[in-house]
Amino acid sequence: MSALLDVRDLSVRFVTEDGPVQAVSDVSFQLEEKQVLALVGESGCGKSVTAMSILGLLPTSADPSGSVSFDGHNMLGMSSGQMQQIRGKEISMVFQEPMTSLNPVFRVGRQVGEVLRRHEGMSRDAAAKRVVELFELVGIPAPARRVKEYPHQLSGGMRQRVMIAMAVACNPKILIADEPTTALDVTIQAGILDVMRDLRDQLGTAVLLITHDLGVVADIAERVVVMYAGRKVEEADAGELFAHPQHPYTMGLLGAIPRVGSMRGESRLQEIPGLVPSLSAPPDHCVFAPRCPRADDRTRSELPALTEERPDHFVACFYPGERGGAK
Amino acid sequence: MTTAEIALTPGARRRARLRRRFLKRPPAVFGLVFSVLMVVVALLAPVLAPFDPAQQDFAATLQQPGGAHLLGTDELGRDVLSRIIFGARASIQVGVLATLLAIVVAVPLGLIAGYYRGWWDPIIMRFTDVLLSFPFLILAVGLAAILGPSLMNATLALGISQIPQVIRVMRGEVLGLREEDYVAAAVADGATDRVILGRYILPNALSPLLVQATVAIPIAIIGESLLSFLGLGVQPPTPSWGVMLAGAQSYITQGPWLALFPGLAIFLTTMSFNLLGDGLRDVLDPKMTLV
Repeated sequence: MSALLDVRDLSVRFVTEDGPVQAVSDVSFQLEEKQVLALVGESGCGKSVTAMSILGLLPTSADPSGSVSFDGHNMLGMSSGQMQQIRGKEISMVFQEPMTSLNPVFRVGRQVGEVLRRHEGMSRDAAAKRVVELFELVGIPAPARRVKEYPHQLSGGMRQRVMIAMAVACNPKILIADEPTTALDVTIQAGILDVMRDLRDQLGTAVLLITHDLGVVADIAERVVVMYAGRKVEEADAGELFAHPQHPYTMGLLGAIPRVGSMRGESRLQEIPGLVPSLSAPPDHCVFAPRCPRADDRTRSELPALTEERPDHFVACFYPGERGGAK
Repeated sequence: MTTAEIALTPGARRRARLRRRFLKRPPAVFGLVFSVLMVVVALLAPVLAPFDPAQQDFAATLQQPGGAHLLGTDELGRDVLSRIIFGARASIQVGVLATLLAIVVAVPLGLIAGYYRGWWDPIIMRFTDVLLSFPFLILAVGLAAILGPSLMNATLALGISQIPQVIRVMRGEVLGLREEDYVAAAVADGATDRVILGRYILPNALSPLLVQATVAIPIAIIGESLLSFLGLGVQPPTPSWGVMLAGAQSYITQGPWLALFPGLAIFLTTMSFNLLGDGLRDVLDPKMTLV
């Protein structure tokens, strides 16, 4: 079966006043129908840029290369008119900041209805009816009343539900969620994740979830792509990844999750030293080497290729696995 | 919060809050009342004026204020009050139309410059810089002189002279709005540029635009008086505050009220529009929505 969304060798370069910045290098992944795929990594590792390049939302200073094919069409070469047909209809996006992602001057019902009228050519009345159903679908209580409210009258969690309702209004094949729960508190987060899971089950929407929160990944994702400094460093099914992390960076991320009980006594929360580097050119050695406990001369001079270390579990590391790859 | 307030629709509640905040500002309320009063006076001039503004009465020239002629008469025996009431027509008409003209031309240009940037932005902004490099009144006088003296041409001249300020305000506002998350979200939902400009950017830029309009109207009113004073606007015998001031010059010692009352009319009208604008700016300031 061919994938719904096939990203191949995607690289994105930004031209800035301080010289070029290589935000994403040679990232490939496939999103299957109805799959929940998580892109994981710290701030600045290229997750959002990857997502934005799928929908052509990058600023003009960006120069993407590679291919992003959806339904057999390469999204990178599309005209803006073709892109507008796909955005919001075939592939839609939910942003991180629900507080500012709604137009403050219009009632939320009308904003969601506008997407329907734009893409489905619905009449005002039909759209208004459908919006109430959508609000119900995403778990907004008293939907008939909520549609008449303005964004500032809704809480962050409610606004994010409105954003999701807007995103799934036209039954898109793919929902890209860029840190959808980061700006919300924990109980609301769980509710939003439930909504996304329900939508996947009911509407069959594939979800590309971008997050730095491994708790969210464990909750909802089926497959996980770990990114670091613009490169894919590990990819596996979620269960496999949590059980057998291969890349030292993934292990570091897992070690940095606080756990109940682990904070007592001598065991301290592990952190990964240093910061994600900002690259000016495609890397010629392992990008994680400066922060890696297993780094040696080889990692500092060669770029590790992605290899299938365990069944269907890919990693880009010379010394993978729990003991550092005693190969 | 009372039950009556809860029952209101959100829009009505917001409007009620804005109204409450506006009413707490006496200068703004004065500005609103007086501005509306002047508009009503201008509209109902034939009904309100006690005399025909053009009717001459050589038996009663240069009458002092009081008596049959409340604000006195001029050198031809015309009633000053009636002439001020009719003069409001020219002033308000020019003030409003010139401002409308400026907005109609400047808003699309400001939207284009601010939203598309690219090569549109420098072209439009250098054009406004050129216009802004002339002092406003010099530009208006120059344009009126080129177009020829008439009320219509004065309106055109004043409207064109206001365009650069409105473009600036609009562009600045758009530059901020285009970076808003909800604009990015609209793009991600497949909205076309027309939808984004018309539904997302313009409605959010209306508050500053409204405030700019209340500033532009008094400027145009003063401009009209100046052009009429110089003979480039309304032509005598049609009454206008500027025309009256120009005529009063020769009689400043015999009939100081001839200059005083039109001057007062200009002063009060422009001040009331400015106070209204200040009040609106305070009330519509998004940072004050919680007060």
